[in-house]
Amino acid sequence: MSKKFMYINRKAPYGTIYALESLEVVLIGAAFDQDVSLAFIGDGVYQLTKGQNTKGIGQKSFSPVYMALGDYDVNKIYVEKESLEERGLTLDDLQHLVWEDEDEDYAEKDSIRLVSRSELSDVLDDQDVVLSF
Amino acid sequence: MAIEANGKTYETDEEGYLSNLNEWEPEVATAMAAAEDCELTQEHWDIINFLREYYEEYQIAPAVRVLTKAVGKRLGKEKGNSKYLYELFPYGPGKQACKYAGLPKPTGCV
Repeated sequence: MSKKFMYINRKAPYGTIYALESLEVVLIGAAFDQDVSLAFIGDGVYQLTKGQNTKGIGQKSFSPVYMALGDYDVNKIYVEKESLEERGLTLDDLQHLVWEDEDEDYAEKDSIRLVSRSELSDVLDDQDVVLSF
Repeated sequence: MAIEANGKTYETDEEGYLSNLNEWEPEVATAMAAAEDCELTQEHWDIINFLREYYEEYQIAPAVRVLTKAVGKRLGKEKGNSKYLYELFPYGPGKQACKYAGLPKPTGCV
């Protein structure tokens, strides 16, 4: 039976290993046919920003990997509205994540769902497993 | 470990994956295949080239499920199934094709 997995991402993409580790776990987990959702809150919203340049820290940017999530049927990506606003960001500052609906001739659909703090808490209530990174 | 191709020596890890994927040349794929008694046809190259493009764009080697789906879309429905891919790459399309393409082992592949 498939369970509902939620991965919460709270930290900026670089400086700690959390963001990359979360991404790897999500990709591995996606192979097991579970119902996967991701949430980005707090500094975690920076993980999805466009135009990341990691040259200065001498590290490879893994931000293109988020664009592949749709291929892995990971297409429920919740971004908390308050967290974006508190950081002066809008949806336009984030990468445009999409997935292709095979049943509708590969029509591209948006993966990101902008939700308020209270809406997100309802989503979290509905999960079987919640993992926090 | 290492593999010889094109008169050069390329370093590989203990499972035969290229250590530095920037060094990859088509001859490396041919040499790796020859070492496993496999002769590369155009059908093989279609998959290898696809994997390299995918990696270039997303920085990851796709899982087999993702590869199968994408091949079906790009190269035709009759090729988008694991039977077709396993006939081309009997050691596993993820492992074997990624190796020939100079990519790391796919995430989640054991």
